[in-house]
Formats: sequence, C-alpha cells, structure tokens
Amino acid sequence: MKTLNRKLLRDLYGMRGQALAVAAVLACGIAVFVMSMSTMVSIRSAKESYYSAYRFADIFVLLKRAPNRLVERVREIEGVSAADHRVIQALTLDMPGMNEPATGRIISLPETERGGLNALYLRAGRWPEVEREGEIAVSETFALAHGIQPGDRIKATLRGRLRDFTVVGIALSPEYLIQTEPGAFFPDDKRFGVFWIRHRQLEAASDMEGAFNDLTLRLGRGAMPEEVIRQLDRLLEPYGSTGAYTRDDHYSARFVEDELKQLRTMATIPPAIFLGVAAFLLNISFRRMLVLQREQIATLKAFGYTNGEVALHYCKLVAVIVLIGGIGGCLLGSWMGKGNTEVYGEFIHFPFTEYLFDLRIYLIAIVLSLGAGALGVSGGLNATIKLVPAEAMRPEPPAKYRSAAFEKTAWYASLTQTTRMVLREIYRRPLRAFLMSLGVAFSCGILIIGNFGKDAIYYLIDFQYGLAERDDARIQFVEALSYPAIYELDAIEGVIRAEPFRAVPVKMIKGPREERLSVIGMAEGGELYRLLDENEQVIPVRGDGLILSTVVADLLQVSVGDEVEVHILEGERRKVRVKVSGLVAEFSGMSSYMNLEALGRLLGEGRSVSGAYLSLDSDQAESVFVALKQRPRVAGVSLKQATMKGFMDSIAENILRMRLFNVGFAITIAIGVIYSGARISFSERGRDLATLRVIGFTRGEVSRMLLGELAIVTLVGIPVGFAIGYGLCLWMSVAMSSDLFRIPFVLNLSSYGFAGVVILMASVVSGLIIQQKVKHLNLVSALKVRD
Amino acid sequence: MLPDTDNAPGFHNPSGAVAAPVFEIDSVTKVYLQGEVEVHALRGVSLELSKGDFVVLLGQSGSGKSTLLNIMGGLDTPTEGRVLYAGRDIGEFSERELTFYRRENVGFVFQFYNLIPSLTARENVALVTEVALDPMTPEDALALVGLTERLDHFPSQLSGGEQQRVAIARAIAKQPDVLLCDEPTGALDVETGVAVLEAIDRVNRDLGTTTAVITHNAVISDMAHRVITLSDGRIARVQENEKRLPPSDLKW
Repeated sequence: MKTLNRKLLRDLYGMRGQALAVAAVLACGIAVFVMSMSTMVSIRSAKESYYSAYRFADIFVLLKRAPNRLVERVREIEGVSAADHRVIQALTLDMPGMNEPATGRIISLPETERGGLNALYLRAGRWPEVEREGEIAVSETFALAHGIQPGDRIKATLRGRLRDFTVVGIALSPEYLIQTEPGAFFPDDKRFGVFWIRHRQLEAASDMEGAFNDLTLRLGRGAMPEEVIRQLDRLLEPYGSTGAYTRDDHYSARFVEDELKQLRTMATIPPAIFLGVAAFLLNISFRRMLVLQREQIATLKAFGYTNGEVALHYCKLVAVIVLIGGIGGCLLGSWMGKGNTEVYGEFIHFPFTEYLFDLRIYLIAIVLSLGAGALGVSGGLNATIKLVPAEAMRPEPPAKYRSAAFEKTAWYASLTQTTRMVLREIYRRPLRAFLMSLGVAFSCGILIIGNFGKDAIYYLIDFQYGLAERDDARIQFVEALSYPAIYELDAIEGVIRAEPFRAVPVKMIKGPREERLSVIGMAEGGELYRLLDENEQVIPVRGDGLILSTVVADLLQVSVGDEVEVHILEGERRKVRVKVSGLVAEFSGMSSYMNLEALGRLLGEGRSVSGAYLSLDSDQAESVFVALKQRPRVAGVSLKQATMKGFMDSIAENILRMRLFNVGFAITIAIGVIYSGARISFSERGRDLATLRVIGFTRGEVSRMLLGELAIVTLVGIPVGFAIGYGLCLWMSVAMSSDLFRIPFVLNLSSYGFAGVVILMASVVSGLIIQQKVKHLNLVSALKVRD
Repeated sequence: MLPDTDNAPGFHNPSGAVAAPVFEIDSVTKVYLQGEVEVHALRGVSLELSKGDFVVLLGQSGSGKSTLLNIMGGLDTPTEGRVLYAGRDIGEFSERELTFYRRENVGFVFQFYNLIPSLTARENVALVTEVALDPMTPEDALALVGLTERLDHFPSQLSGGEQQRVAIARAIAKQPDVLLCDEPTGALDVETGVAVLEAIDRVNRDLGTTTAVITHNAVISDMAHRVITLSDGRIARVQENEKRLPPSDLKW
C-alpha cells in the first residue's frame, strides 16, 4: 500500500466518530431511496408482467344486458384488438362461522383458457369444467381468509336462489390486485370474495342466455382510448351501459398506480433531505480536518507532491466515507425494500412478488453518495491546496473576531466572559451556526413527520368511524327498492335504528374534467351517517344541491356554488346540471351526497332506497345477521369493525411501519448533526479550553462553555424544527395523498413534544461524550502546540 | 559528573526578610511514558523558592525544566518526591484541588500567549478576574503592562508582544503568589521581548510575586536572583546574581 493511502486510513480512523456520523446520515438517505425505488421497481415489474402475461384489459364496460352478437361490432371498432364479454353477478354467501352474510362477485369464464382477457392464475386445484355443474374457482384471499381448499363446498345465493358450489381451484386475477367490494374502499378478505364459473353455467343461472353484462377490451398499438370509449358508449348505451372506462378508473389498477406514485415521492424528497444534511456535515468536518492538517499539507507539498496529488488524497478520504455510507445505505435499503415488497405483496395480490435487484438503482445510489461527497468537499479544498508550503508551515494567525453592535448594551455588559465567548463564536460564523441549527431543525422536523403518520391515522379513524359514520352495519339491497323496505329492516328485533340511503352511479363533468362516482341520497337529519365539514360540524342534507367530498371537489376543481354536469348512469340516464351546495371532509372514496327526496326527483322516481345504515343492539347483533341472511333482497352487509380492520391492514399498517423508519432515521440525523457539531467545536477550541483549564477553570466550567454553543444551536433549532416539521407534514399530507385516499393534516402536541425531547436527549448524549473528551484534555501539550 | 541536587547549596532570601519558603521541592522524580518509551524527565530535583524570588530556569530541550514548571503549576504531579506549596503537598491534591490551586495561586504565561481569540484584551483578563478571590481590575492589570490604549482590541488586532503582555496581565490580575512563565519571549523579537520582560520584572518587584521563567536565552539570566541550569533531569548548576539588571540593560 502506498504510504499516502496508509495515512488516509489512519486519518480516517482518527476521525472515526465524525466519519461514522456522516456515513450514518448518508446511509439513511440512501436506504430510503433504495428501499422506495427497489420496492417501486419490484411492484411495477410484477404488475407489468402480470398485466401483460395475463392480458389485463384496457377498457371496461358494465351494462345491463346486451346480446352476444354485439361483441363482433365492438371488435370492429378501430383500435380494439380484443374484446371479451362476460356475465358478472352478485353473490351472497353463507360462510360457516360467520353470522353476517359474506358477499361476492361471480364472473363467467370463457369455455377455454386460451387467449381470453383478464386470465386467471391458478394457484391450486384445477379449472372448473364446462360440463360439471357448480364447479367454481375462488379468489385466493377469500380462500385464505376462510381456509377453503379445493374440494370444499360453498352455499351461496345467486339471483335469489340458494345454490351449492364446489370449489375446484384457487385463483388470482389481474383485475383484483386489490380485492374490494364495489363501493367499498378497503379490502375485507373475509366478507368479500371473487368467484369464477364457466360462462354457460352462469348464463343459465342468471337468465342471461345469449347475452352479457360485462365487456372488457384490449387496445392495439396507437389506439385512442377516448375515441374507442366514445364509440363504445354510443353503441352500448341502449343496453344499459354505465359508460366505458379505462384502467385509470379501474379501482384495483388505480389503487396500485397510486401506491407506486407514493413510492416515487418517498424516493425523492426524504433522501434529498438526508443527503443534504450529510453533505453539510461532511463539509464542516472536512474543512476542520484541512485546517488541522495545514502543516501536513505543507510538508507533502514541500516534498514535491503536486496540488493534484494532495487534492486527490483528500478526495479519496471523503470518497471512502461516502462510500461507506452509500454501500451501507444500499444494504439497509435492500433489506428494507425486500420487507416492504413483501408487505405490499400481502395486500396487492400478485401471483408472485419477486424483489428485484435492479443494478441501476444501486448505481444511482452510489452516484448520489459521491455527489453528496462532492458537495461536502466543495469550497474547503481549493483554498487549502493553493497554500504556499512556507505559509502553511506557519501557524494560522489568531481567528478574527469583531464586536457586534449589541455589545454596547447594558445587558451585554452583565454577561460573563465565558458567555461572551459562546456568543462571539456564534456570530463570528453565523452561517455555520445557522446551518447547525438547521441540521438540528431538520432532524426535529423528520421526527415530527415520523409521528405525523400515526396522528393522521388515528385522527382519520376517529373522524370517519367515530364522528361521521356511526352505524354498526350497512345493508346493500340487490337493487333499488321502494322506501317501505326500510320499515321492514326497522322491524327486525335488535335493530335500533335504520336509515335509508340511495346510491346512484353517475359521471360528473366540470369543463374538461370528469369523474365516475356515486351520488348517495340521504335522509335529512340522519344520525348514523353524518356529513361533516373540516371543523367537524354537521352539514345538513337538505335542498337540491350536491354535497361533494373534498377529494371529488379537488379532482373536478369545483367549489361551493359551482354547477356540475351530472350524467346519471342508470334508469332513464338523465343528464342534469346540479349546483354544489357543500363540501364534506372525507379522506377516502369518491362520493357525493344529496337529499334523498331531491335525488329521487332528479332520477324521476319516487323515494327509493339502495340500502340502509343500521345501528344494532350489540347483544342481538348476531340474530339480526341471521335474519338478514334470510332476506334474498339483501345483497350484502358490511360491518364497520371490519371496514376499519381493512383500513388498518392496508394503508394504515404501511404508514405506521414507515413511522418506525422515520423515527430511527431522525434520531440518527439528530445525533449525527449534534455530535459532529460538538466534536468540531471541541477540536477547534481545544487549545482555548486547555488554556482555560490551566488558568484555573474547572472541567465543569469549561464543558459548560463548550456545550453552551451546542445548547444555543439546539434550542434555536427545536422551534425552527417544529415549523419545518409542520411544513413537511403539510407537504406529506399533500404528496402522499392519492386520488382515492387523502391523509388529513393533523399533528398532536405530543408529536412536537416527542421530537423536542429526542433532540434534547441527542444533545445531552453528544454533550456527555464531549465532556469525556474535556476530561482527557491534555493540558501540557495544548500549551506548546499551536493548532 | 553533575552535582547531586542534595548537595545543592541552600538559598538565601533575596529580599532579606525571614519568610517561610513558598515552594519546597524535595527529591522530585518524574517518569512518564512517551509512546512505549519511559522518559525520566526529572531525576531527584530539590529546590526552595521564597516569596519574591525571581528564578530563571535554563537548559536544553528535554532537560526537564518544563516538567518542573508544570509540576510547580499543578499541571502535572511528581512520580516520586514532594512539592510543598505553602506547606501543603500539591502531589496529594485532587484534580479539583489542583484546579483551584491554579485558579487562586498561580499565574501562567506561555510561549504562544494562549489568549482566547474571541475575547478582547480586557475580556481576556476579566476571564480570570471574574473567578479570582482578590483580583485587581482588568484595566489596572493592563495598565501595569502598558496596554491602557489597547483594552478593546481582539488578539488578532494585537502584535505578538502586545499579545504576550495581555497574557502577563491576565496572569497577574488575580494577584497570584506565583508567576510561572514558559519561554515568554520565545516567539518575539528582541525589542518586544524586552517590553515583555519589563512587565514581568515590574510584577516581581512591585507585587513581590514569586516568579519562575523558563528560557533558552541565557541573556535573560541577568535579571534574576538566581539562575538554575537543568540538564538531563537534574540541577546542573545554581548561580546567584549579586546584582539584578533591568531588562533594558540586558545584552542580547
């Protein structure tokens, strides 16, 4: 090994504390980057290969009933490369061990497995056979939730008739990466399943011979989806089409895209913050080291090393530090990414999720690390390298200090000399003190972000499921019924209160924007599902106006008082214009609300209902479920508890897990920044401190002086950190929100408190380490050597 | 053959008054480890200093003079032997007692001044007077070294000689019993060196502060009561001056 390289290793060992602090902060940023990117790449690749190998459709249409011959005309539309027609029906299932009914969709399978769209992946068992009556395949999540094996039998009500089915296969479909009941927002694997049966059998069982009610299409290269949709809508409207839509409006596909978008956000902003802090730490450590090595640099140059060689030597040192951080971050990020991908695999149902080692991500990570290193050395190196050897051999003149204007004040005159030393140190280099404070502030802010996820989730649960939705169960009828159906529910023993709702699918248009969603008609004065504004105040459901969720209002860019065009997608399919009369704070789902009667008038029908919100006597809940199961017009029951669990299992778990990482990383940064800062102050002022010790100051007094600067930097940093944390959380709530899901901006006082306490503790620990160094300060040598 | 310190002659009190010795240094040995090598810095040094004594310590590098000064100043402790200060053995002092010994009794002047760069001349002195028991004012201390005009200058705005005079003011402001100077003129040119020595001399004469000065420069010897030459950790020679020269009369 060359001697200069040996010196490099020893220098590195000498500054190992600081080098580790820098490397650790850098590793955090790289880890988040690698984790998010590799998860994103893995999920995206799994999605893309799944979609393409299993021919996931591009366009989807739901309709009432259309003759099979129409499919040929659909295939003739320019741009359509394949079209599959299917029959889809709702199922109600009586699952053993469950009092409430489960619901499902049963989907027809073409007679052969070859070439069809939305092909199934068969996990276990075999395909249902055409000739064998009642053979079905079951979605894997439902099978797992109920322990269903091939060969098991299931009882289910299809179109009002109780039937026996035999499970022969367990399958997955690219249409149900996220498997949710239509209209529901979160997966509930126990209460909602997807089933597949041969086409002819489902045709027969649902009086759909020679007809279909679902159409999926794949587009050829260069096809114009908007044009295809326009033609499809024109063709299919007479058959009760609710309008063709693309993957953008396909619930499962959109959910996955949203998750990928979030991962991309995670891969940019947090790593940028971490890398910035690391570069800053590196910069101050590095400049300090160059000052300490002035004489060594001069000696090297006196022996004939060129400027380039000397510069290279120091660049190598920095490169080693950032590579340690970068490689550590890659390893940590891979490990986290693998875990993360597995977690995603639990609620995004791919046949396989393979964690991909994409070399490009690691290359980018290393380039980012080196970039942070380059930022770190910028500025310091040039000036030192240019020193003339003889000049560098001479000790540096005393650092320049000036009095500040406020020193004329009486307050200043009352300060001790040691306090003045602390203050002058800060305003001699205000930029550095500012950056140190900023570093502390950022770690404080990141700590607040760590808890923000938790605050937001718990607020959301409290708001949505405590204040707004106060029902115990929600009934969905097979189709809209006349109002008295509610009285029937009310009469069931154990039902305390039943409130009706009417849900109508619509397309809402405002200018160039349009969204597909439901309008929900609600009775005025309802208690079980209340519409709340952002201040938790109840919005009365009266008048003829529409109340939009804030999510929808943002998507359509409308506000109260605007008119929107509403295309009703059922019944007479009216097109009306309705005024927006209010905005309801909702964090998930695409909903809008109206007075029940007003909606009836809009539809041109009397008071009809699609279902009801129930509050139940908890002792009698089970008998209520039994009673509901016997009513064929009840298509499904959803329970609030189950919905909350679905939410917690999917999004919430993910957010809460990220919290752990965030808190861990923030603590690393806090210690990194504060320790490095204190360490550098110590090495810069070691001679001053030793002098003070020699002339009779105690260790405590000297430590207090050294730590005074640290304390000021920390105490200034914390409130600034609160502000940064506030801003970062606000940003997070926007950036992490998707079309389908919104994160409320809520920060509890305790989250600020937690961040403040952690920062203080990091300071105290750094302070204690430095105090140990004060203890071992060599008094005698400090007097001789001028550094 | 160097004379054994035990045979070194007893020292008279230069001021003529009968006073108890300030320092009684008795057979002090100092061995320390430099890396893995044992260094015998002092090998049985004995010495007495009385109030008002002005002693110059001469010797080559490594002769032990700095070690001796450090032990007297409470920066270091002897391996063997005793150092009595006003009758108390400072070798037995705890770390905290040593700190307060330095704070209350000793004034230090260093070769490289060791001023705090972020404090002005006045503040550097005030640093000490704030914690001392019976200090003079920083202004008086600075007047004593002739720096009344430079009170509010920072070290970076002062010449080397001025910086060293601030350091002397800082050392004497607490009215210490002992003033220990390690190469106080080592980094200065002749002219400024003289100004610095004059300040030290005045402190010794006016305040009666027991003063020990380490130097390479034998010329300085002429202003001392006694000149002690150390060699290889032992006292090689003790010379008493009949007449002390003022610094301005020293022949460089």
